[in-house]
Amino acid sequence: MIASLIGSLSRRALGASCIALALTLVAIAPARAELRIDITRGVVEPLPIAIVDFQGEGQSVDIGRNISQVVSADLERSGLFRPLDKASFIQKADSLQVQPRFPDWRVIGAQALVSGTATMQADGRLKVEFRLWDVFAEQQMTGLAYYTTPANWRRIAHIVADAIYKRITGEDGYFDTRIVYIAESGPQNRRQKQLAIMDQDGANHRFLTDGKVLVLTPRFSPTTQEITYLAYFNNRPRVYLLNIDTGQQEVLGDFPGMTFAPRFSPDGNGIVMSMARDGNSDVYVMDLRTRRVKRLTNHPGIDTSPSYSPDGRQVVFNSDRGGSQQLYVMDSEGGNVRRISFGDGRYATPVWSPRGDLIAFTKMNKGRFFIGVMRPDGSGERLLSESYLDEGPTWAPNGRVLMFFRQTQADARGLGGTVKLYSVDLTGRNLREVVTPRDASDPAWSPLIP
Amino acid sequence: MRTKILTMFAALLLVAACETAPDSSATASGAGSSSGSAVSSTTPAGPRAGSQEDLVVNVGDRIFFNFDEYSVRADQRGQVDKWAAWMKRNPSVRVTVEGHADERGTREYNLALGERRAGAIKDALVAQGIDASRLMTISYGKERPAVLGSNDAAWAQNRRGVLVVN
Repeated sequence: MIASLIGSLSRRALGASCIALALTLVAIAPARAELRIDITRGVVEPLPIAIVDFQGEGQSVDIGRNISQVVSADLERSGLFRPLDKASFIQKADSLQVQPRFPDWRVIGAQALVSGTATMQADGRLKVEFRLWDVFAEQQMTGLAYYTTPANWRRIAHIVADAIYKRITGEDGYFDTRIVYIAESGPQNRRQKQLAIMDQDGANHRFLTDGKVLVLTPRFSPTTQEITYLAYFNNRPRVYLLNIDTGQQEVLGDFPGMTFAPRFSPDGNGIVMSMARDGNSDVYVMDLRTRRVKRLTNHPGIDTSPSYSPDGRQVVFNSDRGGSQQLYVMDSEGGNVRRISFGDGRYATPVWSPRGDLIAFTKMNKGRFFIGVMRPDGSGERLLSESYLDEGPTWAPNGRVLMFFRQTQADARGLGGTVKLYSVDLTGRNLREVVTPRDASDPAWSPLIP
Repeated sequence: MRTKILTMFAALLLVAACETAPDSSATASGAGSSSGSAVSSTTPAGPRAGSQEDLVVNVGDRIFFNFDEYSVRADQRGQVDKWAAWMKRNPSVRVTVEGHADERGTREYNLALGERRAGAIKDALVAQGIDASRLMTISYGKERPAVLGSNDAAWAQNRRGVLVVN
């Protein structure tokens, strides 16, 4: 467990400058149930957690305080943790570095405690250490150290938050991730849309396109720093690839008709998408290495919004072949097509969870829009959000949280409608707006940053 | 908004009726429809034959669709007939057929639906003898509503196919 944690962290090298080390880890006493959040049950009361400012010196004082703020905000937004007010802390940070006085933390209601340091090394690197304590068992649950450039403190904070989340929930975290989305401005009939990217908490926001060309539906590669999206360059709507680091982009293939609704295969080597010919849309897959295209559906109905299962063996897609928009699953070669959605209303935008256990979708029924999930066989449908227009779910890499966009109703003069990003957990209880500088739609969650 | 459209619509009719169309004012309205189109395009002061303005003012540049449907509605077929006749009168004109959807659908499905609508119009024109090479199609899905507003009247105007002269 510890070895694997270290392994996964060291793979996420920050340049070549981040090294994770395990600090002393005390075995958990078997007699006592360890501190744990079971996130499959839907938490009613978030876990009270005390997160002390990471101790710094000189220029790292601010960094230490900022790290603890980012960790605290990440954990709070998950809905699973309740960071306690720092003003209530009894034990001071400097003595805490020696040993926690656990009664001081119990008396303010903390069940978990996070302490840490941020120190500048002689070689100019920043060393960040943290320890997570079980206040009632009076034991350290985990402890790690990282070396990085000072400018990278924010990523280290997200990695620390992921480590805490994983240690307490048993699930991978999702804080060291990014969101690519469509930033919107201007009136709806002359809407300007730009590709934009930001950290999952909204930091490090930047635009990737200038808004002169209509762009839609960006999606992350599971393996590289690339996104695929739809752009209307020269009024020809086609699927494009964009390298986020280099800014290089290319059109995917040379097709006579519109290509749209792209999504990467789980190994990152293919893109499944819709192609329109003579007005009809079918699903195709392109191998990015050979550029060969294979047709997966051949039906006079609309076939679009394809999404692979994480094992790459199946594809869920949206089709009106039965008379109304519904969800269908087929084998990755295109065979064995079966309908999986049978509830009231229309279903759209299916997205397979990275865990494989659920398919998220948009549902339309009686003039309302919903985000929901169902099992891949169509059973167990649960609706997580509802509004005038909720659309386009995307999964956090741990398969426990969804992000989507919500459009509000315009008034009779066409004014007042807004489009914003929201996140919601699988219980549907923790619905939050994801704050963006402008209106925002079509979010896509990255994998954990490598 | 609706009042504004009605006003523009009225202005169009007025322009058409008095046959002294000064020129440009009507082109940008976009609210044109199949009515008010029985005007000769030879009016000296009128728009140049075969231009977008000619299409909007004298023929009508758009038809409307039912919710989640793409077949050309019976009450819109007359407009398609007028397009075919107009394209025959202006044999050098090439057009792009735009397919649009209202906001009450999901983005990708609406792109496919807009493509269907554009394709249905193209098929209808080809069936009337227009060469397919003169007809491009493009779908904007729900990205370019003609009318702002979250209500039935706006949505009905936005579920449309539009002819744009290349």
